[in-house]
Amino acid sequence: MDSTGIHAALRGHFDTAVGELAPGPFEASIEVDASAIEAVCTFLRDEKGLEFDNLSNLSGADYPELERIQAVYSLFSYKQRHSITLRVNADRTAPVIPTVEAVWPAANWLEREIFDLLGVEFSGHCDLRRILLPEDWVGYPLRKDYEEQPDYHGISTVRENLLTMKRD
Amino acid sequence: MSLINSAPEMVLTSTVDQVLNWTRKSSLWYMLFGLACCAIEMMHTGGPRADLDRFGMVPRATPRVSDLMIIAGTLTLKMALRTKVLYEQMPDPKYVVSMGSCSNCGGLFQYAYSVCDGVDKVIPVDVYVPGCPPRPEALTEGLIMLQKKIMQEKWITRSSDTPRLGGPIGERT
Repeated sequence: MDSTGIHAALRGHFDTAVGELAPGPFEASIEVDASAIEAVCTFLRDEKGLEFDNLSNLSGADYPELERIQAVYSLFSYKQRHSITLRVNADRTAPVIPTVEAVWPAANWLEREIFDLLGVEFSGHCDLRRILLPEDWVGYPLRKDYEEQPDYHGISTVRENLLTMKRD
Repeated sequence: MSLINSAPEMVLTSTVDQVLNWTRKSSLWYMLFGLACCAIEMMHTGGPRADLDRFGMVPRATPRVSDLMIIAGTLTLKMALRTKVLYEQMPDPKYVVSMGSCSNCGGLFQYAYSVCDGVDKVIPVDVYVPGCPPRPEALTEGLIMLQKKIMQEKWITRSSDTPRLGGPIGERT
């Protein structure tokens, strides 16, 4: 099924919780309300003809000028050989998105990664801890306004700029 | 005195320092510990072609019996703390070889928020091997340099009244 058909199926079932189909350079994407994401994902997985059995990636992006943090779900169906991208927006000051861990267990670590790097809280997640950075890390590095701490446990993180360094 | 004259072909004379250093440089057990792609080259160096075994160097799976730590790869800040713990667990005398640009100075990733730019910010380093990653020949040369360095060490000093064995690298005379 192509992305228009997938979008029509979602629209028919969820009405306004599913946004317009937005064309992209590689793949069309659909904006979904945060409150509906788990139901949408369950529908996409279980509905005959859609059968998205694989969450191939879950990534995120920070848009400070729009006051939002966006989670991007890349879905693929091995059965139907088709794919779709979902986008979910969250408020930047306190981003909360319901987890889709119950739909695809693979979401567990992917959501932890978004939590680690962008600070999105996935409500209902069974084990929301940092996955890559140390647990005592301060801040969320992939946010545009992230400011590095001057040191980490006494190890200085101040780095010389090689472009302005003078040769002896 | 007469011993040497009576059996010249059976006796070698040396200093205690020399014997100690020779035994140490000839059985440098390195820790089986790799951080990134440099570790692949380190494995090559341990393999049959570059063959570290011929220097008496064998990998050990624990820091507690290792003499040498080869920092092979990008040192993240998270790993830096753990590397320091591993270093502290090694018995004296202990040596560190920093292998590759990443552990020398952070290399390609030095401006990344999560990367420690240089392992010498955390633990003392004896030999730096440049390269990204260094070939097995380069690492072998670095290790031969370390052996030369070991041969120059003085363990028995007369700085105080009673002769004693030297301490860690920085305190040796």
